Amino acid sequence: MTARAIVELEAGPRTPQDVEAFFKGREFPIVEGKEISFVYRGGAEAVHLKHWVFGLPSSQSLTRIDGTEVWHLTLALPANSRVEYKLEVVREGNGQWMRDPLNPNAAHDPFGANSVAHGLGYAVPPWIHHDPAAKPGKLDEITFDSKTFGRRGLGVYVPARFSRKRRYPLLVVHDGHDYLRYASLGNILDNLMHRLEVADAIVVLTSSPDRLLEYADHERHARFIVEDLVPFVERVFPVEARPQSRCLMGASFGAVASLSTAIRYPGVFGRLLLQSGSFAFTDIGDRNHRGPLFDPVVAFMNRFRADPTPISERVFVSCGMYESLIYENRSLVPLLLSTGMDVRYVEARDGHNWENWRDRLREGLSWLMPGPFLHVYE
Amino acid sequence: MAPTVVLLGPQGDAPDVGKVLAELGIRGRVGLVSAGYQAEEADDGALRAAMAVPMFSLRLHARAIEVFAHDLEFAAAYQARQLQLRNLQSFYRIRLDKMDEAARMISVRYVEPELLAQEDDESVDALRRLDASHVRRCAEVHTGFDARWQPGDRPSIAKHREALRAELGNCEALVITGGHVASLLNRLVLFDALGLVHGKPVIAWSAGAMALTDRIVLFHDYPPYGSDIAQVLDAGLGLAPGLVVLPDPRRRIRIDNREGISRFARRVRPATCVALDHGARVVVERGVVTRAHALRLDISGDVEQAWSGASP
Repeated sequence: MTARAIVELEAGPRTPQDVEAFFKGREFPIVEGKEISFVYRGGAEAVHLKHWVFGLPSSQSLTRIDGTEVWHLTLALPANSRVEYKLEVVREGNGQWMRDPLNPNAAHDPFGANSVAHGLGYAVPPWIHHDPAAKPGKLDEITFDSKTFGRRGLGVYVPARFSRKRRYPLLVVHDGHDYLRYASLGNILDNLMHRLEVADAIVVLTSSPDRLLEYADHERHARFIVEDLVPFVERVFPVEARPQSRCLMGASFGAVASLSTAIRYPGVFGRLLLQSGSFAFTDIGDRNHRGPLFDPVVAFMNRFRADPTPISERVFVSCGMYESLIYENRSLVPLLLSTGMDVRYVEARDGHNWENWRDRLREGLSWLMPGPFLHVYE
Repeated sequence: MAPTVVLLGPQGDAPDVGKVLAELGIRGRVGLVSAGYQAEEADDGALRAAMAVPMFSLRLHARAIEVFAHDLEFAAAYQARQLQLRNLQSFYRIRLDKMDEAARMISVRYVEPELLAQEDDESVDALRRLDASHVRRCAEVHTGFDARWQPGDRPSIAKHREALRAELGNCEALVITGGHVASLLNRLVLFDALGLVHGKPVIAWSAGAMALTDRIVLFHDYPPYGSDIAQVLDAGLGLAPGLVVLPDPRRRIRIDNREGISRFARRVRPATCVALDHGARVVVERGVVTRAHALRLDISGDVEQAWSGASP
């Protein structure tokens, strides 16, 4: 079904005034029930919707309404979906990818920005925005000399109620600076700690200069985290040095790095948060369709799948249903459960992107590192 | 003699504790325990104004910090005990989750309804046994700790108890605020605050009210991680026996979930489940509820909106 407004415009008479009236005061894309209509206005030879929803054709053509420069495409979008997309506008044979000029919603990532479509029922979580009532924690950038990689920078977040007299749990975040930039991690930590939903914690942000190498089950990376970073943080900050108070997290290859580190050093991190892990594996053969970058991951995952062992206490796994990695993540969960670890798995109608990871942080962090909300009755 | 105990709902921005004190005829000095507020224990300006009587803050949180700073051997032992209790709580939680899961799995079997009803009773009984076992194991930890460390005889603690005894001797009542229930309970026990009130009225709200019952149950039907099952924290101080107190139901309880209400009420019976909203009040005299204005959660799944304290 095409949006009612588009049907009416198509019905004519399609005068310039009708076209103006169609655009005036309307939000785009148009969401009607479970259908979403993308609209582009402008001269072009063709317009294509480009998105990253695994399971749908990644490029779909918009149709021009005769006699106008209005292009449209309607898709069925299940409730609570969130989709990132671009439009490809073809002029003189050249396609140009752009954000949807009619849609102010954008999501940023290290590669730029995409437009965002919100399906019926999806709402940006309120706890990602700055809350004036929540006292902000303090974020510092520091460097330290690691035995494994030499000098490395770290972001260190200390909570608003920080006191040297107390000891805190430790959260280590792979790609931590990207979590900060693209997934509102700073606001989220401030807000969830303020609401007592997440424990006041020391949060260490680590970022790799070569993540695709270091995060792909690299022995040196695991050593860096466990033998360099954690002891350094424990020397400098008042953190509780016990597995139950240490959480390691990451998304995509960062999730692989988290799992790989935990497997190489079982019992060090009692809490793991794995988001949209690139957990490629094969059931036969040793090459995955994803290419050579994934070869070490495939070898690592195949080894773990053949002999899964408990490596932590609690593991939170999340993945977007519209990701190609959904199969790998769903496959991981029974494997983790089989070891006796406490596992919670959450799916969302979203893709492989930072705002998907952002939206799952409350559920994940409050389960892995709960604050005192259950104990506080005012 | 068991003191008169008045349990109240959350005080929020419109506290009614002053009104309760006036109704009890208390115009003189009262002792205040706000240890549940932990580091913000001393922020009691609004309460002073609301109570409208002279007030002595027991500062139990600050006193505990002092004890731990000066008695390092005791502090280390106390910390180890707390870790042991945390571990027990975590193991109990795992068992609780699995038992809850088992109950749900059994409840969807294709068998006669009578058999399902019997099995449901068995599932609830299993939870009751687990809860009882958890309370017993916590009690063993406390008993072992007290026998080994004799907190009341340690000079670092005894001096505070003496000071508190003298101050409370000049108070007409003890008021206990809400806050962090475990922290509050620990401080009340450490300084034996209730042992020092000698039959004077005790007025408590939210976490304070929970601490006065004989079993403290932590609950939240809307936790940030999705769903959860209520869990017993520990035994309370027993001044308001036979009650399970659930403060702030509007924010924390799915009141329209009849099945959940019923299961919970059956799980804690014969205790009466009382939900304390703002303005609620339960008066306990000589260990018996004599008057109330609160919500009562019934084993039928009903919520009695204006429970007056009459036996269910």
